[in-house]
Amino acid sequence: MTLQITRTSPTTLTITRHFAAPPARVWAAHTDPALLRQWMGGYDGWTMTVCDVDLRLGGTFRYAFLETATGYSFAITGTYDVIEAPHRMVHIEIMHMPDPTPEDRVETRFDAEGTGTLITMTMTVVDAATMEAMIATGMTDGMEVSYKRLETLQFTAG
Amino acid sequence: MPLDATFAALADPTRRAILSRLAMGEATVNELAHPFTISQPAISRHIKVLEDAGLILRRINGTHRPCRLAPQALDPLDHWLRNLRAAMESNYQRLDALLAQTPDGKDAK
Repeated sequence: MTLQITRTSPTTLTITRHFAAPPARVWAAHTDPALLRQWMGGYDGWTMTVCDVDLRLGGTFRYAFLETATGYSFAITGTYDVIEAPHRMVHIEIMHMPDPTPEDRVETRFDAEGTGTLITMTMTVVDAATMEAMIATGMTDGMEVSYKRLETLQFTAG
Repeated sequence: MPLDATFAALADPTRRAILSRLAMGEATVNELAHPFTISQPAISRHIKVLEDAGLILRRINGTHRPCRLAPQALDPLDHWLRNLRAAMESNYQRLDALLAQTPDGKDAK
């Protein structure tokens, strides 16, 4: 099933997608670093350089990503708030671009659907202004990174 | 499209709050100033920045010049959602491939 992203309120985005494997395996792919590294690279040309996961209540994770061609990098850190394997997880996430974004509360549900799994991810920020800021930041980074940050961030690649 | 002006306009929390209010419909300067503790002239300056960035439009209605969201003001959201979708879909297609392997294949590096 196709990926759907909907702005469900001024402060929330809801993302759904179906996977052709039962919840236990989709859960494992989201929590086992050896598996995460195999798929969570984002766009083509990016690699995941750090994938540290301490899967317990109050435990933290850290992902870092590098665009090989430009040397641009960013990181995502988070804290696990709810762990109900293999059906529901809540984590609080911050992106480091490198400036940290406001906290984003991410609830991920792994519901059995036929022989597969429906993932429903709800991202919640504290207020509408934060959502606007997140969007503005994402746009800035997405569009300007190739131009403005290219030279300075070459250092990261070396 | 004046991107730098757009980013500068969106960088300010008061201006983002004004845009959020206008997303609900047209409003006068008085109505926009109401929730804020800052002065009406300060609000007017924020509105000028948003207008110059092409994010809001104003019309003349007697002595009032009510503001509304410019249609292209929502473009950043669309653009951001498209980027997010593209990044997630790349990830999820790789995850599809991973899940298509046999379960005990997960130890393969």
